[in-house]
Amino acid sequence: MTHAIELQQARRVFGSVVALDDVSLAVAPREFFALLGPSGSGKTTCLRLIAGFDRPDDGRVLLDGRDVTDAPPFQRNVNTVFQDYALFPHMTVAENVAYGPRVRGVAAAERRKRALDMLDLVRLGDFGDRRPNQLSGGQKQRVALARALVNQPKVLLLDEPLGALDLKLREEMQAELKALQQRLGITFVYVTHDQGEALSMADRVAVFNEGRIEQLDAPRELYARPRTAFVASFVGSANVVDGPLASRLTGRPAAFAIRPELVQIYPADSPVDGGLVSCEGVLEDILYHGASSRCHVRLMPQAVLAVVRTESAELTPLPQPGARVRLAWRPEDAVPLRKD
Amino acid sequence: MAASLAGSLRGRSAFYAALLLLPPLLWLGTVYLGSLFALLFQSFYSIDEFTARIVPKLTLDTYRRLVSHPANLDIIRRTLFMAIAVTLASAVVAFPIANYMARYAGPKMKAFFYVGVMLPMWTSYLVKVYAWRLILAKQGILSWFFGAAGAERLLDALLRIPSIGGPSLASSYLGMFVVFVYMWLPFMILPLAAALERVPGSLLQASADLGARPGQTFRTIVLPLALPGLAAGSVFTFSLTLGDYIIPSVVGAPGFFIGMMVYQQQGTAGNLPLAAAFSVVPIVLIALYLSLAKRLGAFDAL
Repeated sequence: MTHAIELQQARRVFGSVVALDDVSLAVAPREFFALLGPSGSGKTTCLRLIAGFDRPDDGRVLLDGRDVTDAPPFQRNVNTVFQDYALFPHMTVAENVAYGPRVRGVAAAERRKRALDMLDLVRLGDFGDRRPNQLSGGQKQRVALARALVNQPKVLLLDEPLGALDLKLREEMQAELKALQQRLGITFVYVTHDQGEALSMADRVAVFNEGRIEQLDAPRELYARPRTAFVASFVGSANVVDGPLASRLTGRPAAFAIRPELVQIYPADSPVDGGLVSCEGVLEDILYHGASSRCHVRLMPQAVLAVVRTESAELTPLPQPGARVRLAWRPEDAVPLRKD
Repeated sequence: MAASLAGSLRGRSAFYAALLLLPPLLWLGTVYLGSLFALLFQSFYSIDEFTARIVPKLTLDTYRRLVSHPANLDIIRRTLFMAIAVTLASAVVAFPIANYMARYAGPKMKAFFYVGVMLPMWTSYLVKVYAWRLILAKQGILSWFFGAAGAERLLDALLRIPSIGGPSLASSYLGMFVVFVYMWLPFMILPLAAALERVPGSLLQASADLGARPGQTFRTIVLPLALPGLAAGSVFTFSLTLGDYIIPSVVGAPGFFIGMMVYQQQGTAGNLPLAAAFSVVPIVLIALYLSLAKRLGAFDAL
C-alpha cells in the first residue's frame, strides 16, 4: 500500500535552531492524522514541508509514493487551511472558493457552480456574494475549508484551524470536521497544540517535542501508555514519578506515570487491598470542578501527587485539607517511562 | 440632573475638540484651500490686451483663449504624454524594488533600501537636475558609458527616433523623461512598498497552495492588492510631472510644458488669469485620472 504522505528523515534547520530533527512518518490514505505539540516543537514546520512552502535541508517528502521534495506547492495535490484563513480580501466568498478551479482553467460558469456547491456543503450557501471581511471567524473558517476542498485534494492540511475560535464554536467545528473527513474520505493532517482536539478527532497522533516525534500512536494508546514523561504530561494530565519517590513506592528508581483519575484516595486509617500500590500523605488542597475534584497530596517534602476523583453519592466525603490520607492504585495502571 | 451633567460634559468635550481642531481647520480652510480657490477664481477673470490690466469680471474668455490656441493644446498634450510615460515607467521600475523591500529584504537590507530610496530627496532638487544635465550631455558620463560599452550606435539610434530624440540626451525628450523618472521614483516606491507590506504572506502561500503558478499569483493576488499603492504613487508621479517647470527648462527639447507656461504667464507675461487657467488643467486631468482609477477598482481593496 502506498502511503498518502511519507516523510523520510526530514531535517530542517533555521540558523542554530533545529526545527525538525530527522523526522520520519507515514500517513495512510483516508487517515485523520494529528501533529500535536507545543509551539516551536516542529509540527508546523512539518506541515509546511508537506504543503511545499518550505523544503527540508535533508530527507525526502513523498505524496502518494511520488517524491515531491523539491516540487513547489502548486504542483502538489494537497490543499491547506491556514491558521489565519488567508482569504483573499479583494474577492467575494464565491470567488475565493472558485480560485483553485480558476487558476486551473475551469470555465467561469462551471467554477462558480462548483464553488456554490461547496459553500452549500459547509452551510454557507447564501454567503457567496459577501466579502470575507463581512464574515465571522467561524464563517471564514468554513470558507477556507470550502476553498481547499473544492479542489478535491487527496490530502487536506489544517494548520491550527480552530485556534482563533471560541470554545463552543470549536467544539461544534471539531465534530463537523471529523464528520466531513469521514464523508469525503480525504486524508487530513491536522496541526494543533490542543491535546483534547487531537485525542477527540484523530485516528493517530504524532506528539512533537523539540523537533522530534516523541510518540506516534492512536489516541487511546497515547493516553493509556505514554512512553515519555513529556508525552505523559502533555497529553492529558499525569503524575510523573521518579527518583526517591519511585524507589519508595515500587522498590526501583525507574520513572513511571500514573493518571490522577486512576489514583484512589481514602482516609489514612482505611484498609487497602493488598494487590494495590499504596502510600500515605497529607492532603494539601482540593480544587472543586463540579463533576470532579482535584486533590493535591504531599507524599514527601518534594513530591506532590494529583488525584482526580469523580464525584458520586456512594463515595465517602473527602477529608479536609491538612488531614492525612492514603492513596492507592493498581500496579498495572502505572506506566513505565523511557528515559528522555 | 445626571443627564444634564452628562450633557454638559459632552458639550464641554465637544468644545475642547473644536478648540483643538480650530487652528488646523483654519490653516486648511483659509491658507491652503482658500488660496487655491483664490487662484482658481483668477482664471475666470481676463486680461485687457492693451493695458495688460486684469479685468475683474467673471468670464470664460481666458479658457476660450486657452483651448483655441493650437500651441496651448500642444503644450497640454505634450505634458500629458510625458506624465503618462513617466508614471508608467516609474511603476515598472518601482514594482520590483518595492516588492523586494516589502517581501524579501531582511531588516538591515530593508533599512538600507529605505535610506537608499529617500537619500536623493535630502539634497536640493535643482542640484540634481543640473547634475543630470551633465550626465546626459553630449560628452557626459552616459555617452561615455555607451562608448565604453561599445554601444554608441544604440545611443545614436535612440537619439534619431523622431520627436523623442535630439542632438544629445540632454536636449531630447528622452533625456527629460529619464530625469523625470529618476526624480519621482521615490514617490512611487514608498506607497507601493507600503501597500505590498500590508499583503500577508499567507495569501501568496494560499494562492500557490490552490494551484496558482507564480505569474498567476502575481496577476490575481499581488497586483490587485497593490493597486491602491500603485494608484497613490501614480497620482504623485502624474501630478508632479504635470506641474513641474524646472526639469523641462533645464533638460530636454525646447517645447513648452504646462508648468513652464504657468511660470511664464504669471511672471514675464503678467497674465495671471491665463496662468491660473493653465494650472486648472492638471487639476482636471488628475480628477479625471482618479475617477478612472476608481472605476477600474483601484481603491476597492482599501
